[in-house]
Amino acid sequence: MGKTLAEKVWDAHVVHRAAGEPDLLYIDLHLVHEVTSPQAFDGLRASGRPVRRPDLTLATEDHNVPTIDIDKPIADPVSRAQVEALRTNCAEFGVPLYSLGDAEQGIVHVVGPQLGLTQPGMTVVCGDSHTSTHGAFGALAFGIGTSEVEHVLATQTLPLKPFKTMAITVEGELPAGVTAKDVILAVIARIGTGGGQGYVLEYRGSAIRGLSMEGRMTICNMSIEAGARAGMVAPDETTFEYLRGRAHAPTGEEWDAAVAYWSSLATDDDASFDAEVVIDAASLSPYVTWGTNPGQGLPLSADVPSPDDAADEVERVAIERALEYMGLKAGTPLRDIQVDTVFVGSCTNGRIEDLRAAAEVLKGRKVADSVRMLVVPGSARVRLQAQQEGLDRTFIAAGAEWREAGCSMCLAMNPDKLAPGERSASTSNRNFEGRQGPGGRTHLVSPAVAAATAVVGRLASPSDLTAA
Amino acid sequence: MEKFTSHTGIAAPLRRSNVDTDQIIPAEYLKRITRHGFEDGLFAAWRKDPQFVLNQPEFADATILVAGPDFGTGSSREHAVWALQDYGFAVVLSSRFADIFRGNSGKGGLLAAQVDQSVIEQLWLAIEANPATQVTVDLVERQVRAEGITAPFEVDDYVRWRLLEGLDDIGITLQHADEISAFEHRRPAFAPVTIGT
Ligand code: SF4
Repeated sequence: MGKTLAEKVWDAHVVHRAAGEPDLLYIDLHLVHEVTSPQAFDGLRASGRPVRRPDLTLATEDHNVPTIDIDKPIADPVSRAQVEALRTNCAEFGVPLYSLGDAEQGIVHVVGPQLGLTQPGMTVVCGDSHTSTHGAFGALAFGIGTSEVEHVLATQTLPLKPFKTMAITVEGELPAGVTAKDVILAVIARIGTGGGQGYVLEYRGSAIRGLSMEGRMTICNMSIEAGARAGMVAPDETTFEYLRGRAHAPTGEEWDAAVAYWSSLATDDDASFDAEVVIDAASLSPYVTWGTNPGQGLPLSADVPSPDDAADEVERVAIERALEYMGLKAGTPLRDIQVDTVFVGSCTNGRIEDLRAAAEVLKGRKVADSVRMLVVPGSARVRLQAQQEGLDRTFIAAGAEWREAGCSMCLAMNPDKLAPGERSASTSNRNFEGRQGPGGRTHLVSPAVAAATAVVGRLASPSDLTAA
Repeated sequence: MEKFTSHTGIAAPLRRSNVDTDQIIPAEYLKRITRHGFEDGLFAAWRKDPQFVLNQPEFADATILVAGPDFGTGSSREHAVWALQDYGFAVVLSSRFADIFRGNSGKGGLLAAQVDQSVIEQLWLAIEANPATQVTVDLVERQVRAEGITAPFEVDDYVRWRLLEGLDDIGITLQHADEISAFEHRRPAFAPVTIGT
């Protein structure tokens, strides 16, 4: 029987296999940031172990960093201590680091692909659950905890139990105005926050094939929000074109050898998945979340659900609690929900195409007076490119704030936060209670919906706007 | 790591589903660079409510947490495991755990034992009726026991072995150092490196 993409990548990385033990898998790329690494480096130091392959390891500063005044010392002492610990650790263990102010600094999941370090068929790990982003290249990429970070630093391997595989096939053409973010929000609403648990999801079908690499990254990024360990898309011409010429992509004969290998990775026709979900692309529309987990999403045209719609008691309580936290009444049209803040950024939607999509909507328009809008590029490189394209001028002319690169309001570890009770439309990936600041209320949206919402002051899609 | 064979203690009922790791320990506590002392961050937002279960004196010494389904979803932060342990928990019982949380637990020495939701409901009723109820989680027998309740729990065989033996992961892997080197020699020439190009 044939093999799936995930199984092929897995099998190509087995270092040691024995009955009754997890497979020991080799790790091709280990990405590191300041939050989940200090205790891992501490562990190495305590046991006198070196980093086995600093040349397969890359660190960047992203979670804590401020998005203004980056030439000044970080004001918050705790954030500063974490960032400084990363700098000391990288220097001591020989790990390359892109620090604040460097042209390659940025969110770890934006930096890897943009440097061409993330390639098809690789195993990629990082102490961050959104490592699933890199699966867009046909890499097996997943988040790990801090003791696994220490394990990979020390051994460049991880003991892992096989995952199950699930095909998510999105067939057909996406209607105009429907983006990768809407697709993944719809997938999660359909299968639930636990629906992907234990699985590697492989996104397939003509709608996925038709997406750019950046769109595929947005989708794979949020696989974790469906509970999955990883998400993948088979590499194809779109993948190769994206990689060609990037700093760490192979060249010459090595490029040809690589492409030949990458082309062999697609799931075999006679392979079978442990589970399958099929979604009709034509049925999709812009999606927004109304609740406090990413599975609580609906088409923008819908109304806030009622606890009475719940299938069971557990769900009824969950809806009730979400409505209370979100300060929403059942039956309210989603389009009537007013927001205070709009955040465009994160490893889900902080790449250049995302900024272009938001700028496109804002061109010749103004952010509503009642709204604060933050645009935070996913990396310093994305920021530079946006400036070269003049996107920054569009944002600033519309009244939005143009910031430096980092995770920012995606998780509010830096000063960019919601105040208690404040409501946001956010292009990030988590609408958990307090995620964007204690008491903050988050609606997850696409960059285009975020920008339209900023203009209207209520949840809106670009089709709600009159001509600029 | 200390060996874990069986544990008996007071159990706290957490009647919530989908307890994500942001609730277990909010992001602000992740800024620390030490490995211990995270007990103050455990369920920090919920603990502000005097009615919250961990604020009830009868559960002050709880060492077993009995939670609803989908415990530990969300961010991969291992601090969630450390916070539970630093607070004094040795075991979490739930009818379903998020994968990463379950993995992190096994590595850190916290037992994440999966039981049927009906067992969770029975335990909730028993503990709420009598908070002093002694609950035993027996890793050797893979069994949860309390007065009138005996139920099996699920735990990964490998995680169970490690917990029983108190073994550290890196040490186990480095027994295969030769195989790792051999694999490195087989890697394709086009595989990228982060230093140089
Ligand atoms: S942008 Fe958000 S989700 Fe992505 S790595 Fe940063 S904090 Fe995590």
